[in-house]
Amino acid sequence: MSLEILGIVVLWLFLFGYVIVGSIDYGAGFFNAHSIITGKQHILSRIIQRYLSPVWEVTNVFFVFFFVGMVGFFPQSAYYFGTILLLPGSIALILLSIRGSYYAFEAYGTKGHKGYAFMYGASGLLIPASLSIVLTISEGGFVSIVDGNPVLDYQALFLSPLTWSIVVLSIAAVLYISAVFLTWYAHKTGDVTATNLMRKYAIGWSIPLIIAASGIIIELRFHNEEHFSRIIDLWWMFGLSSLLWVGTVWLLWKKRNYGVAFIFLVGQFALAFFAYGISHYPYLLYPHLTIYEGFTNTAMAISLVFVFILGMALLIPSLYLLMKLFLFDKNYVQGTKNKKE
Amino acid sequence: MLFNDPVFASRLLTLLTLSFHIIYATIGVGVPLMIMIAQWIGIKKNDMHYILMARRWAKGFVVTVAVGVVTGTIIGLQLSLLWPQFMELAGNIIALPLFMEVFAFFFEAIFLGIYLYTWDRFENPKKHLLLLIPVALGAGMSAFFITIVNSFMNTPAGFDIVNGQLANANPIAAMFTAAMPTKVSHVLATAYMTVAFMLAAIAAYKLIKGSNHAYHKKALYMAMRIGLVFAIATAIIGDFSGKFLAEYQPEKLAAAEWHFETEEGAPLLLYGVLDENQEIKYEIRIPYALSILAHGDPFSEVVGLDQFLKEEQPPLVVHYFFDLMVTIGMFMIFLALIYWIGMKRAWSFVQSTWYRWLIVLGGPLSFLAIESGWWLAEVGRQPWILRGIMTVDQAATTSDYVGHMFILFAGLYIVLGVGTVVVLTRIFRNNPLEKDLEKMQGGDPS
Repeated sequence: MSLEILGIVVLWLFLFGYVIVGSIDYGAGFFNAHSIITGKQHILSRIIQRYLSPVWEVTNVFFVFFFVGMVGFFPQSAYYFGTILLLPGSIALILLSIRGSYYAFEAYGTKGHKGYAFMYGASGLLIPASLSIVLTISEGGFVSIVDGNPVLDYQALFLSPLTWSIVVLSIAAVLYISAVFLTWYAHKTGDVTATNLMRKYAIGWSIPLIIAASGIIIELRFHNEEHFSRIIDLWWMFGLSSLLWVGTVWLLWKKRNYGVAFIFLVGQFALAFFAYGISHYPYLLYPHLTIYEGFTNTAMAISLVFVFILGMALLIPSLYLLMKLFLFDKNYVQGTKNKKE
Repeated sequence: MLFNDPVFASRLLTLLTLSFHIIYATIGVGVPLMIMIAQWIGIKKNDMHYILMARRWAKGFVVTVAVGVVTGTIIGLQLSLLWPQFMELAGNIIALPLFMEVFAFFFEAIFLGIYLYTWDRFENPKKHLLLLIPVALGAGMSAFFITIVNSFMNTPAGFDIVNGQLANANPIAAMFTAAMPTKVSHVLATAYMTVAFMLAAIAAYKLIKGSNHAYHKKALYMAMRIGLVFAIATAIIGDFSGKFLAEYQPEKLAAAEWHFETEEGAPLLLYGVLDENQEIKYEIRIPYALSILAHGDPFSEVVGLDQFLKEEQPPLVVHYFFDLMVTIGMFMIFLALIYWIGMKRAWSFVQSTWYRWLIVLGGPLSFLAIESGWWLAEVGRQPWILRGIMTVDQAATTSDYVGHMFILFAGLYIVLGVGTVVVLTRIFRNNPLEKDLEKMQGGDPS
């Protein structure tokens, strides 16, 4: 495997991690706000906050890791995407900031403020929507080179159906991933009403998800034919992914093996995410930038890989400890012992 | 200017973000050490006041960490958004410490999460204390790695430029540059010093406001002593920084000192103003002191601004930043030293209200010193973003709307700043010391 491929695979893996943990987090915020507005707060808030409290900063690091890694492995992408993304990037940053800080203000300061909860929930949907714009831009057609510098055509981007389908997909995915995870998590806490409610949401969001995902593939045919034909070449990966989707929905429907349902879901997204990534190869930004043109020098690439391995050797045991103490600790999850601060 | 000049707007927005972030970053680096020391003394002396100190500081700390995380994310991404050309070059040479910083922070975040939610889960309190080591270490390492990147911007190394192209990149050599040792140690020492004085200021304020509790007296005494140690360390490192600048970045030192002509036995200028003819007025001259600061020899030659092209000279305003930083640093050393001797010898005035007001003032002043230090470092590097290689004009984004983003982020920082103050005040008003103490004494330490 060449260093270019290794670099992009590692980064893509981290982005995938962010999609999963971020979606759970963002969706949870939305369901929390939704339950407060519809008066079902008593059912959901407890499990959601139990899950969110110790992990939100970890979620954020996945995102930071991705873009710092991007600059490291593919410095030229900092130039192209940095120049184009000033506006969408800044908006996403402001939303992320409001969300992160207000979570802390609420959790450690005053509890139960409706305005906070609402902003928290709304920003949770707007962040994936604004971040997903990057994927749209990377499909090409929105960037031109003027005086040697890349310029983004905001109007074309705003009016493109592709933009909006990707936005819809990102929101549907967030809510679906989150609902399936929380169904499982609620089930583990032994909270039957919360499990049933989350299960209903999960099944409800599975349909818009698959419609949006299929819609995008069809739209790509008109927007970026080269990418579309490469997607068709990888039909079997998308097919397997769809089968796993069927599996998750079926298990949810039958009200059994919620843990397996969530694992199927991760598999479904991993297959689709990597199939999308492979079909996008070798472009980072159609047609201006490929992973080969944008790659760093060999010395830097090797040191980054080396640090990455060392870092993982440090982080995986730490993450395991965190999971063991909170997410999978029966007493903590069920809240029977050791009430928190 | 703000809306039609992307270079100016990018500089202003970076100034704004860094000035805001550095407050939280400093707290983020310094507080874990203070919590660790307090908890350690508490366990050793079996004094629950110190344990409670650790606990209450941690309670406030989580709020500032959250804001520090988001502002840190902002500056991390903003570097690429505002300085894309620079980040393309930097990515090739100095990406390694940036990458390591993320790991250090990740490590810190995980253990901070565990520490906060496990106060009463361990039978042996020492095990809980152990969790703080990765937190403090991660925080210190984050500052270490990020300052390495800044050092690189001041004294770039570890690569060659061959025919305008980057060649022979050596990521390790780029990390260990000439600026690195003094810069990194200065940043760490000032962070610990500032946080100690901030916590001392809070304790002094509580004592002024009528609480005569032993808890606050212990906190004040402990924080002032730690502050003194790091303030002295900062001054010593500052002297080394002067020698480093004289050797590797003489134009920055010359601009900070308004040292226009190269000369031997150069005097140190304190304060003063520049009139319209660029003549210095009302200054204090300390003979030979600049030569001593620069080379440790009163008769040595110090390079002046005359040795540099007009367009490569840093703005002269940095002299004010330099004076402000040094004055506050010296003031804090004397304030803490007199307090410490006074406590040993039972001088009553160090416990008087007016002296405590000075200590209260010392908290915000220390932060002002940190700010001026960074303004000196960054403005003093102008016109370069990467000294000698790339100017800010070449590095800035060509994108429109940077000025609008400035307005947007300024609004965000107001919201975050006000939010922090409001939430912190509320937390401690709802959980007064007396209530926490009662809980601990009641044998229910929850």
